Amino acid sequence: MKFAAFGIATALQFAATVSGFAADPIRIGDINSYSAIPAFTIPYRNGATLALEEINAAGGVLGRPLELVSRDDNGKPEDALRAANDLVFNQKVVALSGTFFSNVGLAVSDFAKTNKVPFLAAEALSDALTWQQGHRYAFRVRSSTYMQAAMLAEEAAKLPAKRWAVIAPNYEFGHAVVNAFKKLLSEKRSDVEWVSEQFPTQGKIDAGATLQAIGAANPDAIFNAMVLPDLVRLVREGNDRDFFKGKAIVSVMTGQPDFLDPLKDEAPVGWIVTGYPWGEITTPEHTAFLAAYRKRFNDYPRAGSVSGYTTIKALAAAMVRAGKTDSESIVDAMSGLDVESPFGKVTFRSIDHQSTMGMYVGRIALKNGVGTMSDFHYADGAKYLPPDDEVRRLRPQN
Amino acid sequence: MTPQHPTAPLLQVRDLLVRYGETLAVNGVSLDVEAGKLIAIIGPNGAGKSTCFNAISGQRPPNAGEVLLDGKSISGLLPETIFSLGVGRTFQVTATVPTMTVRENVQVALISYHRRTFSPWVSARRLYREEADRLLELIGMTGQRDRACGVLAYGDLKRLELAIALANAPRLLLMDEPTAGMAPAERNELMALVARLAADRGIGVLFTEHDIDIVFSLAHRIVVMNRGQLLATGTPDVIRADPRVQEIYLGRDDHTGSAEKQPS
Amino acid sequence: MSLGLFLAQALTGLASAATLFLVSVGLSLVFGITRVVNFAHGAFFMVGAYVGYTLTNYFAASDALSYWLCVVAAAVIVGAIGMAVELLLMRRMYKVPELFQLLATFAVSLLIDDILPIIFGPEDLLAPRVRSLRGGIDLFGARMPVYDLYMIAAAAIVLLLLYIAITRTRWGVLIRAATQDRDMVGALGVNQAWLFTGVFTLGVFLAGLAGALQLGRTSANLGMGTSAITEAFVVVVIGGMGSVTGALVAAILIGELSALGVAYFPQLNLVLMFLIMAAVLAVRPSGLFGKPEALTRQHEFSDEPPLRAISRPLAFAAIALLALLTIAPAVLGTYGLSVVVDVMIAIVFAGSLYLILGPGGLVTFGHACYFGVGAYAVALGIRYAGLSFASALVLAPLAASLFALAFGWLSVRVSGVYFAMLTFALAQIVWSVVFQWYDVTGGDNGLIGLWPTSLSPLVFYFVTLALTAGSIAILGWIPHSALGYALRVTRDSPARAAAIGIDVRLVRLFAFVIASLFAGLAGGLSAFAKGSVFPTAISIGRSIDGLVMVLMGGVESIAGPVVGAAMFYLMQTEILRYTDRWRLVLGVLIILIVLVFPKGVVGSISQRLRGEESR
Repeated sequence: MKFAAFGIATALQFAATVSGFAADPIRIGDINSYSAIPAFTIPYRNGATLALEEINAAGGVLGRPLELVSRDDNGKPEDALRAANDLVFNQKVVALSGTFFSNVGLAVSDFAKTNKVPFLAAEALSDALTWQQGHRYAFRVRSSTYMQAAMLAEEAAKLPAKRWAVIAPNYEFGHAVVNAFKKLLSEKRSDVEWVSEQFPTQGKIDAGATLQAIGAANPDAIFNAMVLPDLVRLVREGNDRDFFKGKAIVSVMTGQPDFLDPLKDEAPVGWIVTGYPWGEITTPEHTAFLAAYRKRFNDYPRAGSVSGYTTIKALAAAMVRAGKTDSESIVDAMSGLDVESPFGKVTFRSIDHQSTMGMYVGRIALKNGVGTMSDFHYADGAKYLPPDDEVRRLRPQN
Repeated sequence: MTPQHPTAPLLQVRDLLVRYGETLAVNGVSLDVEAGKLIAIIGPNGAGKSTCFNAISGQRPPNAGEVLLDGKSISGLLPETIFSLGVGRTFQVTATVPTMTVRENVQVALISYHRRTFSPWVSARRLYREEADRLLELIGMTGQRDRACGVLAYGDLKRLELAIALANAPRLLLMDEPTAGMAPAERNELMALVARLAADRGIGVLFTEHDIDIVFSLAHRIVVMNRGQLLATGTPDVIRADPRVQEIYLGRDDHTGSAEKQPS
Repeated sequence: MSLGLFLAQALTGLASAATLFLVSVGLSLVFGITRVVNFAHGAFFMVGAYVGYTLTNYFAASDALSYWLCVVAAAVIVGAIGMAVELLLMRRMYKVPELFQLLATFAVSLLIDDILPIIFGPEDLLAPRVRSLRGGIDLFGARMPVYDLYMIAAAAIVLLLLYIAITRTRWGVLIRAATQDRDMVGALGVNQAWLFTGVFTLGVFLAGLAGALQLGRTSANLGMGTSAITEAFVVVVIGGMGSVTGALVAAILIGELSALGVAYFPQLNLVLMFLIMAAVLAVRPSGLFGKPEALTRQHEFSDEPPLRAISRPLAFAAIALLALLTIAPAVLGTYGLSVVVDVMIAIVFAGSLYLILGPGGLVTFGHACYFGVGAYAVALGIRYAGLSFASALVLAPLAASLFALAFGWLSVRVSGVYFAMLTFALAQIVWSVVFQWYDVTGGDNGLIGLWPTSLSPLVFYFVTLALTAGSIAILGWIPHSALGYALRVTRDSPARAAAIGIDVRLVRLFAFVIASLFAGLAGGLSAFAKGSVFPTAISIGRSIDGLVMVLMGGVESIAGPVVGAAMFYLMQTEILRYTDRWRLVLGVLIILIVLVFPKGVVGSISQRLRGEESR
């Protein structure tokens, strides 16, 4: 029985090899934190899968089918590096993609630099990826930490609030987003004062004590960058203590469905957020994407789905533009590449390899007992990046 | 250094007191051990004999009183320091290393005595092998020297303890029930060896023993303890004649009441 | 800070203390009676939250009474799961070395970590909150959430019930007796096995209760178990293992200091707990209310055979392997070479841990600290001092042994579980500093781009091969040396060690420093191999990986960690390639080792070869 099955499998494999000889698949090596943070990365994989299937249904890339070789990094940079090694040297992928955590993204980026392989970071947010530690082979899809801070600083400047407090998780993202936000808001509003700063440990917030400590400084407004699961504790504790009453709250990414859905009807109405109101966007690109995604997965997309989808579409577009699949050609083609994303056309800037994909900015609202966004607009990423000469200063020139 | 009083006993214990929580395990015991002499401590279970040993060898520092070796205080010193001053000991419940061979058990004591412990580059198997074999020959365990200690009979472990205790060429030997669990013939043989070693090498021996015949035939002096206190001290003849000793040893079953009245 | 805020913070701290007490008291009880450190306690806490979520959802609990009933029911269900685990797994484990018990419970937590998302999905689950439990009331001029007050009340009720159970019931008498002397209870004619089952069930029930109670404050999420177990350990170790009073006092201490710390020293939050723990253990090695462990013989390895001279076939095998690895670059590609380098680094790390664990008989949960210090020494040396490859590589073991000297000096004063926990706390402090010191260490983003461009991968391969061979030769030799013999005496018979003049602490410290030196070397090599360093190099996960590697191979000779590390690494690489469920596989693997091959692969084979001789 076993032998028979084995025989059949081998035969099939052989047949596949023979028939596929003319059209060997082009392989893309995908690395993400599937076991460490599945709520965010599985929608990413779904988005990538959808893009892959659409491309292959339309005849593939350069006449060859596209294949995604996916690896779990356990949320650890060293595991990601091992996977990258395997993918590039063993699985012979033409490019690397993925990563959620900034440190994993930076590690894979360094690997890409050393080994001269194109790397398209999907979700890792660290500014260093495209600036301080940017290089020829690294690109990024999502709006970076700086861009999100800039989108929110623009809204925050319109508020009357003068006394600001910040609360963010105690790791690189938290500190970076706070620094960018403080700098940008202070530039726009010289009358703003920073009265309190709290950086709780990710996953271990002592919400009551933290809020009380902030409250002691009497802020008019709060900038928040806490993510799940701390966000839930913060919101509940704040509601119980009537803490948010009379204060403006500006919060990073809280408008994404991955953050709003777990909060259910306790979603903090009125917060000014960056996010992804998937049910409310009426652009044709997004409507088509939404329909396809729902049909394929019987689920609605999360922020990661959009990144995953765009990542694969961008890599495919780069290969089409290059006409070849060697590293240098792909990298050359990626630079300045225009790609159709669910959010419309985005460009991979040649100056720093950051895509201009934006996010939606608006206020949290409740609809049918679930959080969503109202009064939102699409903030085009291109408008929230620093001037070119500043970017050149930040990026190593070689 | 020469001792202050050349004639002073090797070991002097003065008013030793050891407390376990609320109970006084040893309460004001004083005794002497001279070089080359065998001194026995006897007394019923729980009299405080083992505690005495532990207090002298540093395993359990005394709460009060003094222990003098060659006239110098050693009370409260760490067991490893007391070892280095020339005190060897055996344990009531044997403390050997089951995962080493019989010879290695002796070797490791010799290595420590010769201060070679912190030599990561020296092969322990070759160190002091002959010396260890000589000690094992002395106690008649040559035939078992390559066996794992964990598989030895209890009597053999007791003999091995003696070999280990002799590794630091001790001037004072503390032996807590050295023959417990041995056959009578073995006992006599072992204790005769101890007596011979004491005489030949001028070792002072303090020991406890349940076999009264051995005690009375070998000990130069006997210390009797009961309930943590010193009851009597003297030569075997004096002790044999002491009515109080007879009471606790012979009459305790019939006269528990009077035993209760011992001063406490 | 005003008095009002101070009081409000104190009350908030009390609410955190209530949670901490509920989480940790079960862990402490179980340890007190069964001497098992239940690593899965945090996982059961998490299961409590998930089961509680399911119940409140299913019964649509809309009033306070039904909510509390759901919480208690969840705890009962979790307790039943705990009982099943005790009967199926732990019952076979009371006679085996402490370390295996720890690993077995760790495996259970790995299984739970991977099974929960399969059942409940990956997303955070928020239980709807009953209206009467929402909102707050004014106290000391600040608003306190009503739920916080309920938490304090719940902790008080549990404390009271435990007090009554322990002081007023026959079962309590048995428990107190068992805490004093386990064997005596057996002698009293009480079925010890069922007493253990009962206590384990109670402990897990309390974990489930604490977890379900969290639903009022937060969502059920997959990270809560890990977070809870660390906190519970810290509380139990500070309070003294096995002491209910200790757990209470430590919970209040940590809850209050954290709440006030947030106000005064917000930047300390990552490390505060571990600082308190290290400070308490430095002064009172057995915790505030713990009883000092007697220097009794650890029965762990008493059936190990005596060491033998390295046998000829083994030496030939080693030389053959070395020859094979020397010509390997001719055959292996880039990927193959990098895998071999990674395996060699894992071997040096596991080999260094073996010295402490095998001949030393000491369980450490902080060995990654020295690996990480070595790795960061290389990274910082290159980044800030412009060191060359060679000088940076020399710096790694030096830095690691310096840290080991300081931390070892603190740690060797205790043994057993306390040693494991103290080494863990110290490693955690180093981790926190590295994780937070962005300007120097790069924080969680680590330091990257360390590969010196002048270094050829082939040269690095041979350097690694030579250093690995040398390290393993030395680490394999030490047990045969005078120091190794002394080390084994301290392990098997501390009383004898002292009586023959061996300074137990000094010998342990010496071995600890040597082991850490090689761990540092492994870390230094890994910094080059990966071209980068991250705080994960110091994390508890790496320490545990090391333990699994050594135990997988066996602790009786250096061949154990060598084989174990290679097997572990290659399996992990292969399994990660095909599935995201590595923890599930690892968990099953550990349980297999513990139940079927307690001597590890090498140990089991050599026992088979020895045959009858080993009894």
